[in-house]
Amino acid sequence: MGLEVSDLRIRIGRRELVHGVTFDVPTGERLGIIGESGSGKTLTVLAVLGLLPEGATAEGSVRWNGRELLGLPDRDLALIRGKELGVVFQDPSSALNPIRTVGAQIGESLSIHYDLDRRELRQRVLAAAARVGLPDPEEIVRRYPHQLSGGQRQRVAIAMAVASGPRLLVADEPTTALDVTVQAGILRLFDDLVGTLGSSLVFVTHDIALLGAVTDHVVVMADGRIVESGRLDTVVDDPREAITAGLVEAARVAAWDGGPVA
Amino acid sequence: MAAEWTAAELAEIDISPGRRASWRLPGWLVRTARRPHGVFGLVVVAAVLIAAAVSLVWTPHPLLAADSSHTWAPPSWTHPLGTDQIGRDTASWLLAGARTTVLVAAGATAIAALVGLALGTLTASLRPRFAEPLVVLVDILVAFPVLLIAMLLATPFGGSIGVVVVAVGIGYGVNLARVVRSEIVRVNASDYILAARAAGTGLLRRLWLHVLPNVVPVLVVQLSLTAGVAILAESGLTFLGYGAAPAEPSWGRVLADAQKYIGVAPLSVVWPGVAIGVTVLALNLLGDAVAEALDPRLRSQEARDGA
Repeated sequence: MGLEVSDLRIRIGRRELVHGVTFDVPTGERLGIIGESGSGKTLTVLAVLGLLPEGATAEGSVRWNGRELLGLPDRDLALIRGKELGVVFQDPSSALNPIRTVGAQIGESLSIHYDLDRRELRQRVLAAAARVGLPDPEEIVRRYPHQLSGGQRQRVAIAMAVASGPRLLVADEPTTALDVTVQAGILRLFDDLVGTLGSSLVFVTHDIALLGAVTDHVVVMADGRIVESGRLDTVVDDPREAITAGLVEAARVAAWDGGPVA
Repeated sequence: MAAEWTAAELAEIDISPGRRASWRLPGWLVRTARRPHGVFGLVVVAAVLIAAAVSLVWTPHPLLAADSSHTWAPPSWTHPLGTDQIGRDTASWLLAGARTTVLVAAGATAIAALVGLALGTLTASLRPRFAEPLVVLVDILVAFPVLLIAMLLATPFGGSIGVVVVAVGIGYGVNLARVVRSEIVRVNASDYILAARAAGTGLLRRLWLHVLPNVVPVLVVQLSLTAGVAILAESGLTFLGYGAAPAEPSWGRVLADAQKYIGVAPLSVVWPGVAIGVTVLALNLLGDAVAEALDPRLRSQEARDGA
C-alpha cells in the first residue's frame, strides 16, 4: 500500500529521459529523492501525479494504495489530486495565481473535493493558514500573493497542498527558491505537518543536507536512473556511488560557511 | 509591503459572503474613476451615452428641418455648431449621430468579444486535432480586411448600420481570437495553473476561475480598441456608402457630407471629426484604466503610492 512506482519510464518525443525507476513509499513513510538538475527527479514526481507536460509520456506503473494511476484519464486523476495527493512546487512566486486572494487559493482543493458551505470553507481555510504558521490568518487570506514575502508565499503554497489533508505530500525542491534563513522554518513545517497528518512524504531536492530534517530514506537519481537507495544516514556516511559522494561533498562545502556539518 | 486597504476593499476581497451587507459600486469601477484617464474616459463615454439618449426625445432643431435661407451658417445661438449645405442644424445631427455611434461601438464590441473569446478559448483548449483546423480558419479570416467583409455583406443585404456592426465585429473578433488564444496558452503554461491542476481543478473550473480572469485585462484593452476602431470604421464605411443610409444620422454621415464642401465650410468637417476623435481616445484611455483597475498588482502599487 502507499505509493508503489515500478519501472517508470518517461519519454519526451522519442527521447527517453527516465529509464525505469522503481521505488516504494509505504503509508506514513518519508522518502527523499535527490539528484542533480536534469537527473529526472522532477519528471518522476510529475509523472506520479499525472502532471507531465504536454508531449511527455510515461510507461510502467504508478500504484497509489493499490490503484494504477498511469493512464487514468485526467478527470479521474483530478478526484485524487488535491484530496489524497498534495503537491508543493519549487517557486512559490510563480505557483500562486497573481489575481486570486490567498484565501481563495488555500481553499481551492477544499471547494473542489468537499461540499462545504461558505462559513465552513472559510473556517477551514483560516485553520490551514494558521496551521502553516502564517501570521494573522484573518488578514492574510484577503491579501494577494505579491503582498507576501517569499517564505510566506511558500507557506501559502503548503497550506494549499495540505488543506484537504492529503495522504501523500509531494514536495519538489520547496526550499530552493527561498533564503537560507527561511529554509529551516519551512523544513520544520514539513516535518511537523507530515507528522500530525500521518501522511507519507516524497521530498525532492538537490541538497542532501536538507533531507536530514524531513526524511529517513533516500533514493539518489542520476541520468534518469536510481543509482543508490537506502536509509539516509547509511547513504550519507558510506556513499557507494561517486555521484552520491559528490552530492554529500557538495552539501559539506555548502555547510562549511555556516559552521560544522550537522 | 503591507498595503493600506480601505474598508470597502477589504469587504470586497473577503472570501466569505458574511459581510456582503449593502449594494455598492463594483470595486474595479471605483478604482477606474480614481485615475485621471479613467475619469476622462468615463465622462466622455457617459456624455456620448447621454447625448444618444437625449436625442431620442429632443434635439435643438428637428433633424430634417432644412432652412434653405441659412445654409453654411456659422456657429450662433440658434445653431451652436452652424448648419450644413441645406441648412440643417449640425449640432442636432451630431447629437442624434451619437445613437449610431453607441449602437455600432456596443454591437461591434459585443460581437468581437463573443467571436474572440469563443474562438480563442476553443483553439487554445481543444486537442490539436480539432484546434488546428480552427486556427487555420481564424488565420484565413484575419486576412480579410473589415472593408472587404463589409462589401461582401453589403452586396446581398445592402449597406446599413447592421452590416457595419457585423463586419467590424467579425473582422476584429478573429484578431481578438488570436490574442485570446496566445494569452490562454501563456497562462496555461504558468506554474499556478499546474498548481491548480495539482489541487484537482478540472478543465472548466480552471478556465473560468484561473485562466480567463488572467486574460481579462488584456481583453479589456483590446475591446476598447475595437470599440474605437468600430466608430472609425462606421465613419469610413458610411463615407464609402456601406453604412448608414443618407437620412440616418451618424457622425460618419455628417463627416462624409461635409468633406465635399471642405473648401466652402472647413469648420463643418471639424465638428464630426472632433466628436469621433475624442470618443475614440476616451474609449482607449478607459480601456487602459479598467485594465489597470482589474489587476491587483497594479492596484496595491497605487495604494503604496498613496494615490
